[in-house]
This record gives sequence, structure tokens and C-alpha cells, in this order.
Amino acid sequence: MGMLFDKLMEDYRFKEGLNACINCGTCTAICPAAEFYKYDPRSITNTVQNKDDSEIEALLKSETIWYCGECMSCITRCPRKNAPGLIIMALRNLSLEMGYFIESEKGRQQYVLGKVLCGNILNYGYCVYPRTFKHSEHPESGTVGKWIEDNLEAVHKRLGSNLDGDGPGILRKIPKEDLDEIQAIFDITGATARLNHVEKLSLKKADEMGLTQEKYLEHIFNKTEIDHQH
Amino acid sequence: MIVNGKQKIWSEYQKDIPDDHYFYVRSCIRQNFFPASEKIFLDIVQNKLGLDFFETEHHTTCGGIAYHSDTIPMETLMTIVARQFALMTEAGYKNYVASCITSFGIYTEILETWRHFPELEAKVRENLWTVTKREFNKPEYLAHASDVIYKLRNQIASASVNKLVNKETGEPLRVVDHIGCHYSKMFPSKGVGGAEYPYVLTGMIEAWGGEIIDYPERRHCCGFGFRQYLVKANRGYSLSNTHKKFESMKPFKPDMIITNCPGCPYFLDRWQYVISEMEGKTYGENSQGIPVFTYEEVAGLVLGYDPWDLGLQIHQTGVEPLLDKMGIVYNKADKYKL
Repeated sequence: MGMLFDKLMEDYRFKEGLNACINCGTCTAICPAAEFYKYDPRSITNTVQNKDDSEIEALLKSETIWYCGECMSCITRCPRKNAPGLIIMALRNLSLEMGYFIESEKGRQQYVLGKVLCGNILNYGYCVYPRTFKHSEHPESGTVGKWIEDNLEAVHKRLGSNLDGDGPGILRKIPKEDLDEIQAIFDITGATARLNHVEKLSLKKADEMGLTQEKYLEHIFNKTEIDHQH
Repeated sequence: MIVNGKQKIWSEYQKDIPDDHYFYVRSCIRQNFFPASEKIFLDIVQNKLGLDFFETEHHTTCGGIAYHSDTIPMETLMTIVARQFALMTEAGYKNYVASCITSFGIYTEILETWRHFPELEAKVRENLWTVTKREFNKPEYLAHASDVIYKLRNQIASASVNKLVNKETGEPLRVVDHIGCHYSKMFPSKGVGGAEYPYVLTGMIEAWGGEIIDYPERRHCCGFGFRQYLVKANRGYSLSNTHKKFESMKPFKPDMIITNCPGCPYFLDRWQYVISEMEGKTYGENSQGIPVFTYEEVAGLVLGYDPWDLGLQIHQTGVEPLLDKMGIVYNKADKYKL
């Protein structure tokens, strides 16, 4: 066994998720991602169970491991109790750790995801926060979405939210001492190191592409330059 | 009595849901997109039914969306969740209820993982103590908020003002349910009806007078897919999956959709608008969309709340066709009044 396979085996999701795949393809048949993208969870599961490090390295640098939506429909259907969705999470984790995510267009999107989601968590205590959810970035939120954005405080007041207010309630201001605890949890459990690692490699890539940090974030959020679909 | 056959199989898909005394944690997505649903939920259980649901301002996101977008390690997620459990323990509660399906799936997965890998739980306890000096007991019972409404469905029916019945024809309304992937696809025994026989919403609909439609893509994902929606370049994935569901349900002529997860109603609502804008295609009657609701909103309509107090004005797909079928009187001029 190679070093990469051994590292995957350190992840409980990989240990739980891989139980001798029989290549029946049920996971691929049921998979929402497989219908949309050039994606085949059966072949990914088969690749990792072959324990070939060079093939695993190619996977870690590939687009394909970023196509899964983590709906976990595959877990329900696998007749052998494999969990391709969990295997994907372990592969993504290792791809980030090894810095291989930077080799793929879809992998590079991790920078903007981390910035937005972890920014919301550390600054406000929510994964999604209304003042950073912009209609311009979410036009599908519709004319109503625009109306909400333009009247944010009045709409939330009308509907009973406690937006940025003291005490409990919907979208309350989460006290600073609680946000400090979340920051400390990020620091001790490796999330802060993960975010810094992704940022360092992303800024290097931005430099190679001749883009500023801002333009690079805009690019990875909006652009698709290679064909990912069937 | 010997429980056998189908009855025995069905009994394995049931949950013994406690009646009372819950530590309540909110959903990031529901607070953002369906805030009134959480308000109505607490109003029903606390004020209308006099039950004990405790909330503290000190709880936070569980980190679920960041985790399923692979931006934070599993250890980070587990420690944030452990902190939530510590808040429950400090408040003196043993039943934990989440307003979010992603959270519910995460709590379930973490508790199961700690059972299989106790060394992970030990490490999380150590980390939590190091940085917060907090300790925790694991919940004795874990519920999703819809489990509670399911449990109370007959009490809600007894107090109902409106039924899920077409007022003109007297026929039950035809309802599509969507339970959300993380409710029971990972751990089927933890959801009412499991993944195969989703019953948590069906039970509500039947108790309130409606009729559930079983259609081919009933169990298909709404298309959220975390990074597949959150990054603009990936949103074709999200839209395509919603489109697949609507194409599948259209021949069954649903009057409405009821949802379990906080995110699913947003996608089923907003992507209908996008499909209509892109292709001029609509899925409801009279070139309109199919109205999409949270289960709290449906409970609220049944109990006679004003539609605009339920937040139905912040849906993009108009809800009026359903209100008219039910014979609910509403003031059009008040819809966007602030």
C-alpha cells in the first residue's frame, strides 16, 4: 500500500465508506451529480479500493472529486454498504491537505467557499448571513430576493426576526464571547490552518494567472473554462 | 399481540418522539430565507400547546454547510457540535431538537461516529475543554423540528381552522412531499418512515386532509449540493436537479409542495422562477408555478394564521393559487406592506 492510501485510511469516513465495492454501478445510477457531470462514483470507489497511489494522486488532482453534491443518496442504495459520498469527502480532505486541489478548476473554488462560509461563521456565527448574501451574486433569488435585500431590516422585522438584536431569536447578534469560542475551536482543530493553507496556495496561483486576489476570487466564483458535462 | 408482516416492518421505521422539554437550535438557512417559519414553530409549541422549548442566544451555526462544502475539517465540525451539546447540558436539557436537516444529519452522524470511534469523541472533549472549559452530555434524544410537528399533527388537526381540501370540489389537495436527503438517506432508522417510505410529512398531510402524490423522482435531491449551488459557476447542477423533479411531478398535477429541509423549499421555489424566465415553462395550473411551503407554513395555514404573518410574501412562486383553493381569505394589499 502507498502513502496516499494509508493517509486515506486515517480518515474514519474512508474506513466507514469502503467495504469491498462489487462495481454494480447502483451509486452512479442514483447519483444526481453523475447525471449532470462527467462523474462516476463507481469508478472512483473502484480506483481507491485498488490502492494504487499513482491513480489516487491523479484523482486528488482531478476535477472529478469536486462534482459530488454530498447528498449521500448513494449510501441508501449501495447493496454492500459502501458510501462513495464519504469516500469523496476523505479524498477532498486529502486533496486540500496535499495542496493538489489547486490543480483543478473545481478544486480552486475551495478558496471562495472558505472565504464566504468561514467568514460568515467567524464574523457572525452563521454559515449564511443576510447582509453578505447579495442579490447580484444570487440573481435566482428573484424579484422577491431583490425586494428583501432592499428592505432587509423592515422585512425581517415584519416577519418576527431579531436581526442583529440582543438576546435569543431569529438572526440575533451572536455575542462576541461565543464568536471567540468558535474562533478558538477553529484554531485548535485545524480549520484556521486549513484556511491559511488554501489561501497561500490560491494567492500563488492567482499570481501565476496574473490576477489580483479580488479578480482571482471573482474568476473562480463565476468562470467555467473547461467542459465538465457529458 | 404478535406484530408481524408489514406491521413489523413498519414498526422499524417509527420513532418514539418525546412530547416535551427540548433544547431548540435554529437553522442558518431557515432564519435567512423562511424566518417566520421558526417564529410560527415556537408559537405553536410554546404558546398554543404550552410546551417547553428552550433557546439560548449563545448557540451558533453547527458549521454544517461549511463542512459539506469541505472548507472545515471534521474535527472542527465535531467540536462546534460538542459546544452546542455543552449548552444543552448547562441548560439542563436531554432532548435536542434542530430546525435544520443538514444539522440533524450531522448530529446523527457524529453521535454514530463517536459510538464507532470513541477515541474521536475523547479528542473532541479534550479540545472543547482546552479552549472553552465546557463539558457536555450527549443528547438522550435527537429530533428534527418536523418530528415534533409530526408527533403533534393530530392535536394541530383538532385545532384546525382550514383543511387541505379544495373548497370548491371538496376533494383533498394533491400534495408532493420532499423530505430532504440528510433527514434519512444516511441513517434511515433515524427518520420517520426511513428513506424508502418517507412519512414525516405524509403523516401531517393526511392528518390535515390532503393526499400525498407518489411520483417517480419523489426521493431525488432538490439539487442544493452545497458547493454546487454556493459557487455561481456550478449552479447548473442545482437547477438541473430541480428541473428533473418538476418534470417528473408535473403529470400528477400537484396543488402544492411541502418540504422538510430549510434549503429545499428555497430551491424548489426559486428554480421554478428561473425555469420560467429561461424557458417560459411553468408547472402549475393556469401558467403559474406550484406553490412550495415549509411544514411550519402548512401547519400555520391549517391553524388559521394570516398568510403574510407566515412569510408567504417572500416566496418567489406565488402562493395565492393554493390559498384560493383552500378558501383562505387574505388581503392582497397587505402582501408587501412593511
